Amino acid sequence: MGVGITVEHLNAFYGKTQALFDVNITVLANHATALIGPSGCGKSTFIRCLNRMHETIPEARVEGKVLIGDLSVYNGTSATQLRRRVGMVFQKPNPFPTMSIYDNVAAGLKLNGFRNRKQLDDVVHKSLHASALWDEVKDHLHKKSGASLSGGQQQRLCIARALAVQPEVLLMDEPCSALDPISTGKIEELIFQLKEQYTIVIVTHNMQQAARVAEFTGFFLLGKMIEYDKTEKIFTNPSDKRTEDYVTGRFG
Amino acid sequence: MSNQALPRPRFNAPEPERGSPEQGPKAALKIEARTTPLLDGKVSEIPDVFFGWVMRFCGVAVVALLGLIVYQLVVGSELSWHAFGWKFFVQSDWNPVEDQYGALPFIYGTIVSSVLALIIAVPLSVGVAVFITEMCPVGLRGILSFTTELLAAIPSVVYGLWAIFVLVPILREYVQPFLARTLGWTTLFSGPPYGIGMLAAGVILAIMIIPIISSITREVLTVVPQHQREAVLALGATRWEMIRMGVLRNARAGIVGAIILGLGRALGETMAVTMVIGNRPEIAKSLFAPGYTMASVLANEFTEATGDLYLSALIEIGLALFFVTIVVNALARLMVWSVTRGQPARSLA
Amino acid sequence: MAFSVPLISLRRRVMDHAMTGASVLTVLLVLLPLFAIFAYLVYMGIGSINLAFLTQTPKPVGEPGGGMANAIVGSMVILAIASLLGVPLGIGAGIFLSEYGRNRYGDIVRFVSDVLNGVPSIVIGIVAYGLVVMRQKHFSALAGGVALAIMMIPTIARTTEQMLLLVPQAIREAAYGLGVSRWRTTLSITLRTATSGVITGVMLAFARVAGETAPLLFTAFGNQFWNWKMDQPTAALSLQIFTYAISPYDEWHRQAWAGALVLIILIVSAVAAVRIAVKHGTLSGA
Repeated sequence: MGVGITVEHLNAFYGKTQALFDVNITVLANHATALIGPSGCGKSTFIRCLNRMHETIPEARVEGKVLIGDLSVYNGTSATQLRRRVGMVFQKPNPFPTMSIYDNVAAGLKLNGFRNRKQLDDVVHKSLHASALWDEVKDHLHKKSGASLSGGQQQRLCIARALAVQPEVLLMDEPCSALDPISTGKIEELIFQLKEQYTIVIVTHNMQQAARVAEFTGFFLLGKMIEYDKTEKIFTNPSDKRTEDYVTGRFG
Repeated sequence: MSNQALPRPRFNAPEPERGSPEQGPKAALKIEARTTPLLDGKVSEIPDVFFGWVMRFCGVAVVALLGLIVYQLVVGSELSWHAFGWKFFVQSDWNPVEDQYGALPFIYGTIVSSVLALIIAVPLSVGVAVFITEMCPVGLRGILSFTTELLAAIPSVVYGLWAIFVLVPILREYVQPFLARTLGWTTLFSGPPYGIGMLAAGVILAIMIIPIISSITREVLTVVPQHQREAVLALGATRWEMIRMGVLRNARAGIVGAIILGLGRALGETMAVTMVIGNRPEIAKSLFAPGYTMASVLANEFTEATGDLYLSALIEIGLALFFVTIVVNALARLMVWSVTRGQPARSLA
Repeated sequence: MAFSVPLISLRRRVMDHAMTGASVLTVLLVLLPLFAIFAYLVYMGIGSINLAFLTQTPKPVGEPGGGMANAIVGSMVILAIASLLGVPLGIGAGIFLSEYGRNRYGDIVRFVSDVLNGVPSIVIGIVAYGLVVMRQKHFSALAGGVALAIMMIPTIARTTEQMLLLVPQAIREAAYGLGVSRWRTTLSITLRTATSGVITGVMLAFARVAGETAPLLFTAFGNQFWNWKMDQPTAALSLQIFTYAISPYDEWHRQAWAGALVLIILIVSAVAAVRIAVKHGTLSGA
């Protein structure tokens, strides 16, 4: 099952530029939480702080406290270990180009030293089912490369790849922004199903998408978390003027 | 729920109202209950740290190699340096029997053969580069650049072989008599036409450096922005005027860099030159006369150098050659970079 | 008509055509020696390659026949040593440059590699002589291999770096996101994605040193006989070609041509073989 996320006083920097200012948030387990806001507001930076992906950028650093379940992210846990519990789906589909579909899904386990063939088959099968890709690729799991699929299929492959590691939290960084509407619909449907098993945090610049898939929505502006509440509340009756301006399309 | 015991900061998640997901329109797919995590337990950071240091070691090794080269050459040439000092580079007496060593004939031979090679190679390679980038039909472009690069793949010793048996006879029978008849008065082309000599070395060097100069020139020319060409064409220029004003002028520094890079290669080229230059440590005015270069004297005499001073003098020639080529190469790199640097660099982020 | 298109003057038009003609001429002049070399090489070489050439060692002067079998094998041994030493170090340095060296230290290594690339091969020979031959007190295949390895490293390092940089950062992030450690990501994802490019770089370096003669003159030294010891003077094809080419005997000249043809065939087939092997190893859809 998924676990909750608690973030306290999170500040993130790129060199001397501060990208996040004192973000505090509690994300409930087994729900989808959407983060919205104009581009450059820090929502992607925020989500990348949750699995320590932020620090892979040269000169980037983070201050504050993040708890994934009972695991303290910035205190005593190795990034590698953490990321096995926190899966991530990126903005642009990024399957491993030289690997087959099967190997792409199995990559997380195989590269971490997991070799049990039978269990791998099982996990690949389940993950591809869970990402609703199985029927489309079952005939050429080993023959086709991940890069030969269509954009929407590639993104679902990336979701399957993330699921195969059995994470507790699934982070999605604008997973549909590079996809056509039909693929987007499929992914959204998938998120709907997945949140029964995983805690999902999804960054999106599409407010309708947030309204469709998430129970909770957080609004970011200029690196600050302005408002965080139930999705209906954010979209119908926000407490903050700035949130209202944004969701009613007055800026951004 | 695992997060209930946690402190609640500013943004508390509102109490969940799980209504819709359970009763909502279920899609056909059903997600099976997850198994327990397959990857559990602590991950050691040691392999990562270790790997990082091994790679850093490899990087350091490259720098260490250069240091090692300098060290070997400096230590090896110490004896000769103490014996002759700066005079080593201005004396033209090379006499192993009397242990007298002066490097001037070799320096002279190296410079003359390289400059000769540049005089022949530069117009040809720039011409080829211009043809390939500006005039050539696209279909032919790939084939042409591939063929010119093929020239670079031929080993030096094979060039030398060909030069001995094909180029030298041609020079002796046809080219040298012709040059002597027409340009003999300059005294550059006088004396008996042996075939073997400075001219042959220059020609074979030219053939060898053409691929280098032309491929880098090509690289530089393709970097010249299309709008520069269009701007000149729009003024009603002919194609040649466009190339001269719009392309060559903008790429000048890069082309000079390419030429210097070719010079660097010519200065250090050994085998082909050794095979055709005649190997006589003399400073002759005529290009028909045999000569000697720094690289060829090393090739010919290094294994035969019996005395310590003799060996040391040879290593000092190697040291001088090393420094000259490094300076020349660094200069060339800077000039090529000054043109190509404007290109969008591939960034990591 | 009051308005007419200004004509390009005759002089300018003539100039335009003349320069076009001139550059076509340069292409022909450059291609001429290339074809001449290849044609002559094949013509002279094919006539001289026979079974004896490929299976026998050189005969003493005056005796006909003999071959370069020991030199062919010697070249392979020296190149194997060079690759064994140079390829891992070069690829390692390339990984350093692309994955750890996006900073001042990396710039130093980058500059030094470029400098090393321009060092004349004969100078590398002197260094290998000082490093190996002087210590061991005799010429050896090992010394030759060290010299060629030094020449391979900068080329391999720089091409590896460039090929690894072509791998999108998103691919690395995908692996990090799965909880794959950095070293594993670098080797199994980044390097693997760039494999064909890296191998092309390695083959480029290999082809460049395979025909090298100058650095072998006083390292491997050459040998008229079979030698199976790494620490003894060893024959090399390029050395043999050199010795035979500058000799006064027609029989040896003939063999030099044959040797040159064999050398080029070996280089080309080694490069082609690796290319094909790499192609077969990757997926069709990629």
